[in-house]
Amino acid sequence: MSDSPDTRPAIEFRNVSYRLHGNGDAARALLHDLNLEVQRGETLVLLGRSGSGKTTTLKLINRLLTPSKGELLVDSRPISEWDVIRLRRMIGYVIQDVGLFPHFTVERNIGLVPKIEKWHTNRISKRVDELLQLVGLDPEIASRYPRELSGGQRQRVGVARALAADPPILLMDEPFGALDPITRAELQREFLNLQKRLRKTVVFVTHDLREALLLGTRIALMEAGRVIAVQTPEQFLASTEPLPSAYKDAFGTVL
Amino acid sequence: MNLYQFMLQNHTEVLELTLEHLWLVGISTILAVLIGIPLGILITRYPALNKPVLGGANIIQTIPSLALFGFLLPAPWIGERADRIAILALALYALLPMIRNTYVGIKGVDRAVIEAGRGMGMTDRQLLFQVELPLALGVIIAGVRVATVISVGLATIAAAIGAGGLGEYIFRGLAMVNNQVILAGAIPAAVMALLADISLGWVEKRLSPN
Repeated sequence: MSDSPDTRPAIEFRNVSYRLHGNGDAARALLHDLNLEVQRGETLVLLGRSGSGKTTTLKLINRLLTPSKGELLVDSRPISEWDVIRLRRMIGYVIQDVGLFPHFTVERNIGLVPKIEKWHTNRISKRVDELLQLVGLDPEIASRYPRELSGGQRQRVGVARALAADPPILLMDEPFGALDPITRAELQREFLNLQKRLRKTVVFVTHDLREALLLGTRIALMEAGRVIAVQTPEQFLASTEPLPSAYKDAFGTVL
Repeated sequence: MNLYQFMLQNHTEVLELTLEHLWLVGISTILAVLIGIPLGILITRYPALNKPVLGGANIIQTIPSLALFGFLLPAPWIGERADRIAILALALYALLPMIRNTYVGIKGVDRAVIEAGRGMGMTDRQLLFQVELPLALGVIIAGVRVATVISVGLATIAAAIGAGGLGEYIFRGLAMVNNQVILAGAIPAAVMALLADISLGWVEKRLSPN
C-alpha cells in the first residue's frame, strides 16, 4: 500500500558551510551554516544577488563542490555515501550557459545520459523525440548542431537534456537569464506547465524576483552566504522585513 | 650540369634519401605524438606536473641540434645506430608543441560544457574522450603540424651523424662548394615541409569542431 506519499524531504542541508581553500584572502567563507529542506515535487527558488551563494549552494547538491562542514542528504542519505556518478545521473542540471556539446547533434546532446547509461539505441531516439515535443521543439531539429539554434531553442534543448533519463531532481542555475524578455516569459510559462505534469523536485537559482514569484513553490532568500528566510511567494509579498522589502522596491515598477 | 640534370641523373639516390628523410620524420613524429599527447593530457589532470613537464620540454628545445645528436651518441642501444639517434632527437624536439597544444587545446574547451558534462554524471574518462579531446583536436593537430614542419628541416642535420636523409646532399654540397648539390637536398626537403604543412592543415580544418 503506497497511498501515503513520501513526506521525507528530497534534499536536506544540515549546517552546511563552504569555504574556498587557500591562503589569506583566497580563503573565503562562501556559505555559513546553511539549513534547508527541499520537499519532493516542489520548486524551491534560491533568490539572491550576485555573490550571495546561490550557485555554490546548487553545486553542493550534485557534488560539483564538497561542503567544508555539515552534511547534505539526498533521499535521506548523506551524499558523501552516494556514488558520485550515480548521484549526478539522478539529478538533472541546467545552467545559464547551457553547456551543450558543440560537436554533438541535438539528438546526441539530449541522449547523452541515456547513452552512457547504455540504453538501447531505439529507446534513446524515441526518448529524444518525446523530449523535444515536451519542451516545444520540432523533432526535425534532432539532427542539427547547437550553433544552428537560437538561444531559446538551445535552452530548451538544455532542459530536454537534463530530463533525458527522467531524474527525480532538477537543478537549474539561472536557466533563462541570458534570454530576451519575450523568450524568457515563454520558457517560464512552459516550465510551469511542464512542472505541473512532471512534479520534479526542482531547485531553481535566480536573481529575478518576478521569476521567483512566478515559478517558486517556496523562495529561499539568500544574502552573503546565508539563507535569510524561506517563504511562499504570498508570504514574501506580504513580508515587511527589510530584505524582502528591498527586493520588492527594486522590482516595484515591474511587479 | 644544372640542378635538373643532376637530379635526373641521380634520381634513385634522390628518391632513396627522400624516403630516408620521410622515415626519420615519420617515425619521430609518431613517437612524439605517442608521448606528447598523453603527457599533455596528464598535466591537465595534475596541475603540479605542469611546470616541470613543460619546462623540461622547453629546455630540450634550447639544446642546439648538433649538440643533442652528440649527447645521444653514448646512449646504450640508441647510440648503436645513427638513425636511432636522429629519430630520438627529432622526437624530443617535437615534444614541446605536442604537449603544449594538447594542454592548451583541452584547457581551452568551454568551461560551461565541461561543467555541464560533469554535472550530468560523466566520468572523467568519458569527459576526456567524448568531450575534451574531440573539442581540442583541431589545436592538437595544429601542434602536430608545427612539429612535423620543424622536423623536416631539422632532419637534414641528421646527416651530420650519418643518419642519412636529404641532409646528405646538403653536407656533400657544402664540402664540394657546389650549390647544385646543396639544392638537390634542400629543395625536396622544402617541398616535403610544404606538403606536410598543407596536408596537416587540411586535416586540422576537417577535425576542428564548428
